[in-house]
Amino acid sequence: MHPDPRPLVLSLTGITKRFGPLTANDHIDLDVRAGEIVALLGENGAGKTTLMSILFGHYIADEGTVFIAGADGQLAPLPGGSAEVALGAGIGMVHQHFALAENLTGFENIVLGTQSLWSLGLRSGTARAKIERLIADSGLAVDLDVPVARLSVGEQQRIEILKALFRDVRVLILDEPTAVLTPQEADGLFATVRKLAAKGLAVIFISHKLHEVLALCERVVVLRGGAKVADRPSAGADRAMLAELMVGRAIPARERPPSTPGAAVLSLRGVSVGAPGQRDRLEQADLDVRAGEIVGIAGVSGNGQGALAALVAGLAAARAGEARLSGVALTGADPAGRVAAQVGRIPEDRHRDGTIGALSVAENYVLETISAPENQRGGVMRRADIRARAAAAIRAYDVRCPGPDAAIRALSGGNMQKVVLARVLEREPKLVLAHQPTRGLDIGATTDVHRRLIAARGRGAAVLLISEDLDELFALSDRIAVVHAGHLSPAMDAAGLDVRTVGLMMAGHSAGEAA
Amino acid sequence: MLWSALEILTQANFWAATIRIATPLIFGVLGALLCERAGVLNLGIEGIFVAGAMSGWLAVYLGAPLWGGVAVAALTGAAFGLVHGVLTVPLGLSQHVTGIGVTLLATSAAYFGYRVAFPNVATPPRIEPFPPLDVPVLGDLPFIGPILAQQTALTVFAFACVGILAVVLSRTPLGLAIRAVGDNPEAVEAQGLSVVALRIGAVMAGSALMALGGAFLTLSAFNAFYFGMINGRGWVCIALTVFASWRPGKALLGALLFGALDAYQLRIQTIAGGAVPSQIFLMLPYIFSIAALVLVARRADYPRALMKPYFKGQR
Repeated sequence: MHPDPRPLVLSLTGITKRFGPLTANDHIDLDVRAGEIVALLGENGAGKTTLMSILFGHYIADEGTVFIAGADGQLAPLPGGSAEVALGAGIGMVHQHFALAENLTGFENIVLGTQSLWSLGLRSGTARAKIERLIADSGLAVDLDVPVARLSVGEQQRIEILKALFRDVRVLILDEPTAVLTPQEADGLFATVRKLAAKGLAVIFISHKLHEVLALCERVVVLRGGAKVADRPSAGADRAMLAELMVGRAIPARERPPSTPGAAVLSLRGVSVGAPGQRDRLEQADLDVRAGEIVGIAGVSGNGQGALAALVAGLAAARAGEARLSGVALTGADPAGRVAAQVGRIPEDRHRDGTIGALSVAENYVLETISAPENQRGGVMRRADIRARAAAAIRAYDVRCPGPDAAIRALSGGNMQKVVLARVLEREPKLVLAHQPTRGLDIGATTDVHRRLIAARGRGAAVLLISEDLDELFALSDRIAVVHAGHLSPAMDAAGLDVRTVGLMMAGHSAGEAA
Repeated sequence: MLWSALEILTQANFWAATIRIATPLIFGVLGALLCERAGVLNLGIEGIFVAGAMSGWLAVYLGAPLWGGVAVAALTGAAFGLVHGVLTVPLGLSQHVTGIGVTLLATSAAYFGYRVAFPNVATPPRIEPFPPLDVPVLGDLPFIGPILAQQTALTVFAFACVGILAVVLSRTPLGLAIRAVGDNPEAVEAQGLSVVALRIGAVMAGSALMALGGAFLTLSAFNAFYFGMINGRGWVCIALTVFASWRPGKALLGALLFGALDAYQLRIQTIAGGAVPSQIFLMLPYIFSIAALVLVARRADYPRALMKPYFKGQR
């Protein structure tokens, strides 16, 4: 193998960072060359974010040094702990959660902090010329003069990348950049990244989507448990192999036995939810979810799936049309009524809506059924019974926690989700609403959630799965419907469907155009 | 009687009073909106008014020139702003609780300072205040002239501050950074600016403006310092900030509107005679404030990061 002729722009040596007893980064070495696209792969908690935070000056490494090439191409140590220094040295970062001031325009966000705070006016002429040149070079077209709040997520991301390019970065870190994009937007992003790399920009691409990593990156670095476990060319690697490297063990293939759907459990006819001006609303939706099937709802978040979930969960009432659950009309917003009607709800945000952080695991476990006779007598909680049943659920769902009395906020996301699953599924609901059930979970926990949803389907439950992760939708769903701008497409057989069609429909094309 | 109620609006005297009543509120609202634009609610405002009124007046009483008194008041305000800023920004304490604490501290400190300076005085000594404006040409105009003749240089300064703050916020890199830090401090951090420095700086500058509102009362309106003279003006400014949607131009409008109502109720009291208890009229400006808040607050566009402490490295 020939040595790579491209110059090194970044070199991390022996980076170690500890938080108390936890070693988040354990002697990590990483070299990045100009024009190279390197994937940084790892599960949640593997140390990706910590490593990048050190690089970008949010944290100071306990050991090890970051070397960055100066203007003369010579590597020099980068003093840690300052985003300003990192930016000045040519390191730019696009965070997963955008660091944009939404009340400012795109232009203002880009020039923020690039001029002396004590200068009397904004020098906008030269700045604008430079931004327009960058847009022409990179293809990142976006309206610079409206408040960022009014831009779509994809456009906001372009502003973020332009922000970095405006500062002449030589290393660009992209943290889970495709998490919020449609497949087509992601393709556009990849084209831009390739263009920029061809001009000599080094790109570090953080992701857990293996097919993206393989498609875009020439080298893959895998972190596990804070240590680097692989650093290899992506040519010759495949998804199963990378997944195994990330998790440290073989991932069992998902089994999804065939199932014969029964009668419709949830049935929507011309249902509208949410005020007409509202962004996340549903307009005249028709949908059937039958017993023993999983129906997936694809769409970029905020296009109406939130309204659909709110309707099913009983948090919102239909404005028009008819919604029926096992033939009984769903009238009004009535969360407790939905629980009584055997709807199991796995909410999108388990921290905000799924659990109450200050309460114990056991209390969260019985939260929805606290007034049922098995949980209370004469208004007094039957604590011993509740604890015993919670302890059984902890065992059955393999929740890693100190015990039923532990405050649930101390649990990791995956274990918290297992408690929610246990609460929902142990009641054997007729309809399961799974809204982004694996968001933020690692591969192990995700596999577990998927297995449980398939098991519920096997038991005869109707499952409504709302997800932004197309891999997940295609892996689990019997039928898939796409929601865009409040309009829900008919549910289509997942077997005859391909990802690109769904992607185009997520961007607003009709099924006919997309096929 | 209806006619005389309307006739008030034609009196130059009424408009002069409107501007006079509005001036301290203009300073106060500008100060409050500057703090809040940076993401910090400053309920120390009521006490900072008191401290500014007291310190500016005392400085002049002790021989400082009038503008020297103004500077002392501003510095006093900035000092209490520093206290509030340090407690709420790097230490991240509750902005409500800290603000109330600063109000109690600043009020008590001012009263204490006054008692130490004048242990045995029943009526506070008076100072020679800012003289009325003597504007050439404009001062000779009918209607406008008499209104101007009742104002002082501090009022002109307050109006100037509206323009200066509007330009700084909308047109300069500093203003950009202040607006950004009140919306998303991470954006500011990621661009290499210091969230802590920006926020503390904005709170200090805002508190200095608040203190000027107090100083106007002792150096231009009443010529002396009394206990209880601030009388809730600070709290009114907090409400007017929401009414103003955090914009200096609208802040001026809100302050003038409140000033007009207050000036109007004083005059209509005399017309109504004893028929209606005067307390009803005294309530009017405050009822207006609450009504305006009810109308405006529903679509109020609060700075997104207002009252949210930011700690570096925590996302």
